[in-house]
Amino acid sequence: MSKELTPLSDPGLSEHVHRKADVDPQAAKKAERQVGILFLLSVFGTLLFVYAYVGIDEDSFIFLPVLGSTNAHQLFLGLGLAIALFFIGMAAVHWAKVLMPDHEVIDHRKEQRSKDEERDDFVATVKERSAEAGLGRRPFIKRTMLLSLGLVGISPILLLGDLGPLPGDDQKKTNWKSGTRLLTDPGDRPIRPSDLEVGGVAQVQPELAAGKVRHLDDIAKDSVLLIRIRPEEFNLDAKRLSWTYEGIIAFSKICSHMGCAVALYEQTTKHLLCPCHQSTFDVTRAAKVIFGPSARALPQLPITVDSQGYLVAKEPFSEPVGPSFWRRNK
Amino acid sequence: MSARERVVGQVANYVDERTGAAKWLKKTLTKVFPDHWSFMLGEIVLYSFVILLLSGTFLTFWYDPSMKEVEYEGSYQPLSGLKMSAAYASTLHISFDVRGGLLMRQIHHWSALIFMAAMVAHLMRIFFTGAFRKPREFNWIIGVGLLTLGILEGFLGYSLPDDLLSGTGIRIAEAIVQAVPVVGSYLSFLIFGGAFPGEMFIQRIYVVHILLLPGIFLALITVHLMLVWYQKHTQYPGPGRTEKNVVGYPLMPVYMAKAGGFFFIVFGVTAFLGAVASINPIWIYGPYNPGQIGAGSQPDWYMGWLDGLVRMAPPIEAYIFGYTLSLNIMIPGLIIPGIIFTGMALYPFIESWITGDKREHHLLDRPRNAPNRTALGAMSLTFMLVTLINGGNDLLATHFDLSINQIMWFSRIGIIVLPPLAFVITKRICLSLQRADRELVLHGKETGRLVMLPHGEFIEVHEQLSPERAYLLTQHEQLPALQANLTDESGVRNPKSLRAKVRARLSRSHAEQIAKPAASDLKELESGQH
Repeated sequence: MSKELTPLSDPGLSEHVHRKADVDPQAAKKAERQVGILFLLSVFGTLLFVYAYVGIDEDSFIFLPVLGSTNAHQLFLGLGLAIALFFIGMAAVHWAKVLMPDHEVIDHRKEQRSKDEERDDFVATVKERSAEAGLGRRPFIKRTMLLSLGLVGISPILLLGDLGPLPGDDQKKTNWKSGTRLLTDPGDRPIRPSDLEVGGVAQVQPELAAGKVRHLDDIAKDSVLLIRIRPEEFNLDAKRLSWTYEGIIAFSKICSHMGCAVALYEQTTKHLLCPCHQSTFDVTRAAKVIFGPSARALPQLPITVDSQGYLVAKEPFSEPVGPSFWRRNK
Repeated sequence: MSARERVVGQVANYVDERTGAAKWLKKTLTKVFPDHWSFMLGEIVLYSFVILLLSGTFLTFWYDPSMKEVEYEGSYQPLSGLKMSAAYASTLHISFDVRGGLLMRQIHHWSALIFMAAMVAHLMRIFFTGAFRKPREFNWIIGVGLLTLGILEGFLGYSLPDDLLSGTGIRIAEAIVQAVPVVGSYLSFLIFGGAFPGEMFIQRIYVVHILLLPGIFLALITVHLMLVWYQKHTQYPGPGRTEKNVVGYPLMPVYMAKAGGFFFIVFGVTAFLGAVASINPIWIYGPYNPGQIGAGSQPDWYMGWLDGLVRMAPPIEAYIFGYTLSLNIMIPGLIIPGIIFTGMALYPFIESWITGDKREHHLLDRPRNAPNRTALGAMSLTFMLVTLINGGNDLLATHFDLSINQIMWFSRIGIIVLPPLAFVITKRICLSLQRADRELVLHGKETGRLVMLPHGEFIEVHEQLSPERAYLLTQHEQLPALQANLTDESGVRNPKSLRAKVRARLSRSHAEQIAKPAASDLKELESGQH
């Protein structure tokens, strides 16, 4: 690389080659016809659209290969619109390519940077004008101005405060209390241990006080999965075992990772899988995480039966359900 | 003078007497734009935006942004009598009881996907050709801003129907907000107006989706285009093209017809997709209920990388003085995206720091002539590809009979191993292509014609390149690497010597090139009668 390198010389723009339509009037006429036909195809598209709008019944279905049974009304509206638009575009582009001038034009470019004297002039003007404002000489004005401008932003931010309440303890509470009955979801019926066979799964919600309506906010925290396996399959400590009832174990259905519903239960492996991020929980070991991104087991709901033999919560959840948050363990 | 010319003259006169715009208009209408297919990628983004505004406006005439519970009474029988939000019910109404409503919904969704895809393709074109270099750094940053807002806008858009799939997406977004240290729970309660999902969220994101973000888009796109206009478009290198000129066709009439026509083509193709390709069939998912979920829950493609990152995160959580730090959410959901987008926005400045090149550039690079940059691009794309694969791990597993665990482990290891590998391989490929270019210029094209010389030797005839092609292959600059300045003139150690060393090391890597042939090399060969 030591020797002086002279680059190859620029041969300049290559010679312009005339198109057929430039030199042959007959070819030009033909190109004109082509453009016209393309515009006419667009007109056909619009007509098809109008026909579909007024002439095809909204409930008529037709069978098409690949697409299967398709709503004819929507399909022909769409095809009409697509044809009408597409061929306007094709006509315009074809027109530009075959008939409009195709001589390459050279435009000159100047550097973005202004000329030196213009830049100096600009800087001088800024200096002069800011001296006229006199901020440098009047520090009191400068400081109070900055203070007021800085503080005035507080008002709009404060106004946003009523967007929502403070969380308080809301994230840690659910509607499960000692003795709350488990109701089937859907159905809202109390459930007995015998209603659930070994290998079975059921979704339940807590029974609410009379007159209270169940909102989505409640479901987002209260949803519980009941799973029944053979009691000897449990691999639990004494306390967790006492939270189960005749092989029935109850977990929060709200994933401890990001709050999706943990809905996939694999009977043979006794694993619960969250379809969102594939966190996998082992039912026999109190929903311990065995795969995926979740850092915590699903909270277990202690259950038992009441005097009438219906399943009830023995105690509330011993930890908050759902995804983690800053004050979760406080 | 014909009647038509007289009318045109009168209109021009009327406008100019009131605006004085004659000179500016003349300059504008004769403005030259260079021609290349890859310059149409940005156009697709712009046109999709217009299509989104048009189709979106149509949808707002019927959509009801309310989470109030209603009973469905529309014509879609399977959901008849079901309790659902007014937002979901009105989306069903648009789909089944408004003529052309489903078509418009599908056009809107398809053009959103095209909008994002074209934006990414446009970004790749800008990156790999070095179009972001001075003086276009502002436009690069605006572009990164548009990409970020586009992802957000798309997410909010597909959340509006309030169906089971989109509600699950919002639930995940809420978990990410909640994972912000200290203020996460407060932020979440402010956004949702209380506990998730509350009754305010849909109407709030509706305003953001149809007013706030489109307004910001309009402003940013305007500035983006004004800068393109003012700085004039970049052009690919070639004979007759220099840093001081623009070679192409004038706005009037060629580009008016081509660009205007292209808008209709993009709209036509989008309408065709809307007509035949079903997208987001919300009536199959059912209304949102936090206690339910559909298997194979997938976000739109431009969110897939984020979901893939979250899926592959290791299951770790930290506890500091009893406070919970959800590292398994923060790292993939907040920190890595933050690093990616910040790094992307700063890249023009990083590259100019490494090369020390502070000059204006209007001629584009051929990607092979900037091996380091091209390799970095390939590395980033590989990273994104692995995250995207992992984002669809459940679907891949069911379609190809794999286990999710295998794909997850492939991704966890691949995300670390594959990007650097892509870097090395791409750089080698670039250098090989440079070598091939050099060969071509020096020895011409192999013709495959064998000739036997009088003394019996066989040679293959090489055909010399045309001067145009030879110029194209050798017009680029090859900047030397920067040297580390470890001491100043008097021999005192530079206090910034570590920085200088790093810079020199990066610069050396960036300047790795195969020497391009010079005119003198060619002469030597000719005189040697090869």
